[in-house]
Parts: sequence; structure tokens; C-alpha cells
Amino acid sequence: MSEPRSKKPRPRPTPETRHFWDGTLVGELRLQRCDDCSNVYFPPRPFCPRCACRSVTVFAASGRATLHSYVINQRAIPDSGFEAPYSIAVVQLDEGPRLMTNIVDSPQTPEALVLDMPVEVTFERISDDVALPLFRPSDGSRSRGDS
Amino acid sequence: MRRGGIAIVGAAETTELGRIPDSSVIGLHADAALNALADAGLAPSDIDGVATAGESPTSVAHYLGITPTWVDGTTVGGCSFMLHVRHAAAAIEAGLCTTVLITHGESGKSRVGAGGFNRPAASLMGQFEAPFGPMGAPTMFTIPVLRYMKDLDLSIEKLANVAVVQRRWAAKNPRASFRDPITVDDVLNSRMIAYPFRLLMCCLVTDGGGALILTSAERVGDFPTKPVFILGGGESVETPMVSQMEDLTTSRAFRVSGRKAFDSAGITHADVDHLMIYDAFAHLPIYGLEDLGFVGRGEAGDFIWDGHTDVGGSLPTNTNGGGLSYMHSGMYGMYALQESVRQMRGTAPAQVEGAQISLCHGVGGMFGAAGTIVMTNQAP
Repeated sequence: MSEPRSKKPRPRPTPETRHFWDGTLVGELRLQRCDDCSNVYFPPRPFCPRCACRSVTVFAASGRATLHSYVINQRAIPDSGFEAPYSIAVVQLDEGPRLMTNIVDSPQTPEALVLDMPVEVTFERISDDVALPLFRPSDGSRSRGDS
Repeated sequence: MRRGGIAIVGAAETTELGRIPDSSVIGLHADAALNALADAGLAPSDIDGVATAGESPTSVAHYLGITPTWVDGTTVGGCSFMLHVRHAAAAIEAGLCTTVLITHGESGKSRVGAGGFNRPAASLMGQFEAPFGPMGAPTMFTIPVLRYMKDLDLSIEKLANVAVVQRRWAAKNPRASFRDPITVDDVLNSRMIAYPFRLLMCCLVTDGGGALILTSAERVGDFPTKPVFILGGGESVETPMVSQMEDLTTSRAFRVSGRKAFDSAGITHADVDHLMIYDAFAHLPIYGLEDLGFVGRGEAGDFIWDGHTDVGGSLPTNTNGGGLSYMHSGMYGMYALQESVRQMRGTAPAQVEGAQISLCHGVGGMFGAAGTIVMTNQAP
């Protein structure tokens, strides 16, 4: 049993998503591309959701994205592993898919979180066997200090 | 489904709405069901079809002493009851049953005998959304809005105004939870919940229930109530994960369900006298008006601002006050249907004079599903 470092809800990988969570542990954001129609998609599944082809390839994404939309939660449930205020965001990956994440290494304010600003992936270990893909501003102006 | 071939002959909400600490979830289903049966002059033994969401149809049937030949437990969130109406109409026409009871009950506020809101850690939501801290609908349903506001140039004032207009309708409804008038400033000064959403842009959390009884239109003469005929309907689903919507500024499920409803009813937008759009949050009527085709893209904020959906407007919308002011137990779709039935019967507290066609549109999950029902009080 691994020792949890965070009280955040821990994802439990399935055989179809194992590559993604293995990737975050080694600092890679892994996506899948259809071998037939080249569609890049998320979340993970062993076939292409556009053309139903079962031949797909896992690859490491660039980690570059833009901030697509978000909210700033003002009240976290006590003991949930989150401290308000914190952003819950959807980012648009350069490769095409969008995913939910948190924007870190930034003030959690509307002024600092500007739609369409460039962000880049960073990983947070929440237990020995789980790391979450989070995103931070990639313009170099971010404040440091978040793990 | 055949236009007008099926009618709603019984409709009722729970005896109380709001805070009902002395009733469990199954008790709310039963109270609403007994009220609807009394409304139609029927006994449980007259019912041979049961549909519900939240509870299992097995539990509801057993609790009420019904022996059904058809059941539907479709559960896709708050619009499940719109789907039940559509499925029930098809089932009755196919001869699978003759008289269907659709029930809803939810102890949203008091949580008496209520289940939890959990997403298994191995589900896609559990893996790819829950770890980032969404804490219920106020931090999930709201995520698309900043994208909409930027792309379609919607101001925060026009978003806030949705709640203001609906409060004016609620003021006319004695059973509405909140009836005091509010202003845009009141909304924008209420407590921040999840930026950009403030408290008064979010739905209530209350206890209650509702039930409907449907049968063949050939039988409407057998009931004491004014019949409300089902003209058409639609349904669809998109995604269980709000982050995976095809486009955060428009709902595919809304568009598909709405188009199917208009086509099957054989009506145009100009034919609609009364409209219900499930409003869990202030942006829902904006998405609904656009995705159902009542206005063009990016026009709904102005349409509401200009008073078209307001008391005295050209398209009276959410005339009970909606989920923002009337009541919201968690799966609000049943209450939207109840208000459409009241308007078609001519018994709504804020009655739209002369209304003959009502369109009732529901959402399920966080833009995950949609159901649309078109009703009329004109015999086919």
C-alpha cells in the first residue's frame, strides 16, 4: 500500500487508462492517436471514437495548452485536499483534446487567469503511485513556490 | 410517436414543497403519486406502467402496490422525466401498457433517506475530473460560462439578469421558495460561489416531488381533468464529463433533442406560447434559447434583457420562477413538466392567457443529456 500524500480524490486506473497514469508518474502527458485517421483523442480508450478503429498509438503530448475556461471555487469541502480559492479549469491541448485540470503557480484570481493564455503541464504527486497533470502559466511571469 | 395520441390526465406535486424533514425520498415519490392518482380519479391498481429516476421503478411500484407490465428506469439526470414521458407515450402506443405513472421525489435539502453523490474512482469522471476538485454542480455546470462570455460577448450583468426576470415570475407563485423582487445589483453583490457565479445565479436546494399519469388520448373523456396532449418530443445525450463537451458554448444534446421535438410535433418556434427551460444555473436559459433555435447564437442574453421572456413578454419562460426561485430538489425536470401542464390546463398561478402550446426542455447532468416535450391543450 502506498502512503497518500494528499487527500485529493485519487483516480483508480483501469486497463484502458493505465498508460495515462503510468505516464504522469514519469512526467509525460500521454495521449492516443488513431493509426488509421490520425485523430488525437482523450480520455483514453482502446479505439478511435471518430472512426472506431482499434489500432491506436500512445504518444507523449507536448504539454503545451491554452486556458479554455474555468471557475474559481470559493469554498472547499473541509478535509478534501483542496484549499479555497482554487481554479477548476479546462485547458485546450495543442494536440487538440481538452481536459479538466487546475491552474497552479498563479494567483487564483480573474486578473491572473486570462482565457486563452498559454499554459504548460506540471505534475503533482498525490501518493506514491499517482501523479496528477496540472497546468501553470508558461509565460515565465508566474510566481514560484507551488510544488 | 403519433401527434396528440397520448395525453397527460393526472399531474401533481407533493403536498408540500421546500423543506420537508418528515418525509424520506420514497415517501416523497408516494405523496406525489397519490396526489396525481387523486387528480385523475385513479387507484394504484389502475396503473400498469411505472417510470422513475433516482429511485428504482421496482421500489416505487412495490411501495405503491402496483403490478406493472412495463417499467422504465432511465436515469440521465434532471431531464429523466422528459425522457420518461416520451418513452411512456411510445410504450402505450405499442400496446405494452395502458396507463403510466411517472414519479419523482427528492430530499435535496433535508437528505432524509437520500443517497450520496459519488463517482467511482475507476470511472472516467473519477479519474479525469474528480481529482481536480469539482465539488458538485456549482463548480462543474458553471465551467463553460467564461468561454461563452468571451466568445459570444455576454456581460455579467446580462447573465445576472436571468435570475432577476425569473424572480418576477416567482413572485406570482405562492408555492415558490423565493418571491421577493431582486435587481441585477442584488445578484452581483450576492456571495461568490465559484467565480463568475454568485449565489443568486445558482438554483435552490429544496425537498419535493411530482408525478404524472399518461394514457391514450382516446380515453381522456374518462377523467375529470382537462387533458394535455403530447404533440412531440426529443432526447439525446452528449457526455458524462462537462470538460469533454464538443463545444463549451453550445450543447449538442440540447440541439439534437430540440430539433427532434419540433419535427415530431410539426410546429415552428412561432407556435410556442409558453416555454420552460430547466434552469439549474443562470446560463441554462441562455444556452436553451439558442440551442433550441428561438434566437440566434449570442442573442439570448439580449433577448432576456429586452424582456421577451419576462412577465408580459412575447415568449413567457419559466413561469413558475424556475429552479432559481421556485424549487430545485436536484432533478428539477419534473417541476418544469408540472408547470407546462398547469399552463395547458389554465390553472397556473402566473397563467399565460390563451396559451395553446407549451415546450418543456430539460437538462441532465452537466450538459450531459437533454429531453424536450411539446404539449398542447387542443384535442388532435
